[in-house]
Amino acid sequence: MNWITNYVRPRINSIFSRRETPDNLWTKCESCGTMLFHRELSDNLNVCTNCNHHMAITPRERFHALFDGGIFTEVAVPQPVADPLHFRDQKKYPDRLRTAQKDTGETEAMLVASGEIGRTPIIAAGQDFSFMGGSMGMYVGNAIIAAAEEAVKLHRPLILFSAAGGARMQEGILSLMQMPRTTVAVQMLKEAGLPYIVVLTHPTTGGVTASYAMLGDVHIAEPNALICFAGPRVIEQTIREKLPEGFQRAEYLLDHGMLDRVTPRTEMRDELITITRMMMGLPPAVKGELPAPELDAQDGAAPGGNEEPKT
Amino acid sequence: MTQYLDFEKPLAEIEGKAEELRAIARASEEEMDVSQEAEALDKKASALLADLYKSLTPWRKCQVARHPDRPHCKDYISALFTEYTPLAGDRNFADDHAVMGGLARFEDRPVVVIGHEKGDDTKSRIERNFGMARPEGYRKAIRLMDLADRFGLPVIALVDTPGAYPGKGAEERGQSEAIARSTEKCLQLRVPMVSLIIGEGGSGGAVAFATANRVAMLEHSIYSVISPEGCASILWKDSEKMREAAEALRLTAQDLQKLGVIDRIVPEPLGGAHRNRTATLDAARDAIGKLLDELVDQPPEDLMANRRRKFLDMGRGGLAA
Ligand SMILES: [Zn+2]
Repeated sequence: MNWITNYVRPRINSIFSRRETPDNLWTKCESCGTMLFHRELSDNLNVCTNCNHHMAITPRERFHALFDGGIFTEVAVPQPVADPLHFRDQKKYPDRLRTAQKDTGETEAMLVASGEIGRTPIIAAGQDFSFMGGSMGMYVGNAIIAAAEEAVKLHRPLILFSAAGGARMQEGILSLMQMPRTTVAVQMLKEAGLPYIVVLTHPTTGGVTASYAMLGDVHIAEPNALICFAGPRVIEQTIREKLPEGFQRAEYLLDHGMLDRVTPRTEMRDELITITRMMMGLPPAVKGELPAPELDAQDGAAPGGNEEPKT
Repeated sequence: MTQYLDFEKPLAEIEGKAEELRAIARASEEEMDVSQEAEALDKKASALLADLYKSLTPWRKCQVARHPDRPHCKDYISALFTEYTPLAGDRNFADDHAVMGGLARFEDRPVVVIGHEKGDDTKSRIERNFGMARPEGYRKAIRLMDLADRFGLPVIALVDTPGAYPGKGAEERGQSEAIARSTEKCLQLRVPMVSLIIGEGGSGGAVAFATANRVAMLEHSIYSVISPEGCASILWKDSEKMREAAEALRLTAQDLQKLGVIDRIVPEPLGGAHRNRTATLDAARDAIGKLLDELVDQPPEDLMANRRRKFLDMGRGGLAA
């Protein structure tokens, strides 16, 4: 433990419930070492307020900040056959899955949601790196297919946030088959004339990069995100030379023509609203805090009338 | 000379003895009749070969699939096709020699053939980059598939790669994007596409050529998301556990057929494809012909729609199905 946790522990324990242990009230920035208070950090979308280092964020946290009023509806994902290969390594695959479910409180490594951003209806899919490294198996494939089908059904753009160490090895060849499966999902969107925007976050590697993450109409990455097919270690072992500084990072890929933009997380929402509205032929968004539409209706308040209908 | 695999060591000893006996007889001045003894050894050897190959473990299949004498893409092209006219380059950066391809006739029918070529001696292996394609290889394949699509020619793909090349330049020039686009192109074709995995189907580098209407595998070929060595070093933290990993990954043609990932297994001669190239190539010709026949009468739109449906439905059952 570090000095600050020890220092604050007694006082904070008395204020907060036992579930919020002092250990996760403070986070040390992996990049600059600054101790960041959890509320401050989550208000800033897990971006270090001192050095702008982008830390991991779960799809659920991201969606709370992304959708108007933090409101979204989860899109149901068909549950695949459990443990299709009866895979055993040092642990049984179902045990690894259960551990991941317990640790994250999520079903699997992708969350699909429907809602509005800046009053623009979208479907969003977010890959969860904290769930077995975001690895792509049948569930993730099903999630992307479900997201594309929902987008086509409701005629909405799909915004996908990628994050994965690669394939779900425990699903073997079926993990590999998600490359063509998710490509079919992307084709559904393209043929329906709907925008498909990929936000590549740290890290996006392997088969994920070599399928749906590189087939977007627009590719936006978060700063310094590692984006690659083969990881730097594998490459160093193959070519036996040191790789240049920043190799395979978002800015490097931007320089090499693989991305459209590198955008800080804190500016991402506005940018996504601007882009999707243009691609959907909608008038410019009204900037600023908008009340959540669903909440308005529930509260019986007047719907936010400062928007749109002038088309 | 046969190159023996480690598990074929007892076989190498018996075959060596028979060979030695015959050599002694040939060199000897007196009449020496060794035929009986030699034939007994031959018989013993073929019984042992049959026994060894009766049920190869997944790891042994990996070894057979990677055997240096196994027929490679260029062998299939010269045996199965006529008028092969290689077409080169991605019109953008380079021509990747890890990928062969061009126009050809398969049983008189004009087709486009593409495939990974590993090379078969030091010089050609280096030139072919051991069958590990760079983005240019996938972009050449995309160009050729596009050509096939526009002129109504079926695509035949021969898959044999340890994986896409993990190199600095390959990454800088968009290895991921090239693979993704190649898979996408496979799914856009309105012509029949048949893929045959002839050796190693290594991960994304293989999928880019194997997203076909029909996918067949040679009996002892492999198709996997990761090499057994790679899987072992990640999940077992020990690359020597490749036998266990090969077992767990279900990378054999037999398991993949049960999983519904492939449509057909092409039988190999006893002792593997390299022991009887002619028989292997004949079996491959027969299988490709039959699979193509199933497709050539389908309307273009159906070919594309059915291919997409096939992959969307894949894996819904798991091994138990
Ligand atoms: Zn920092």
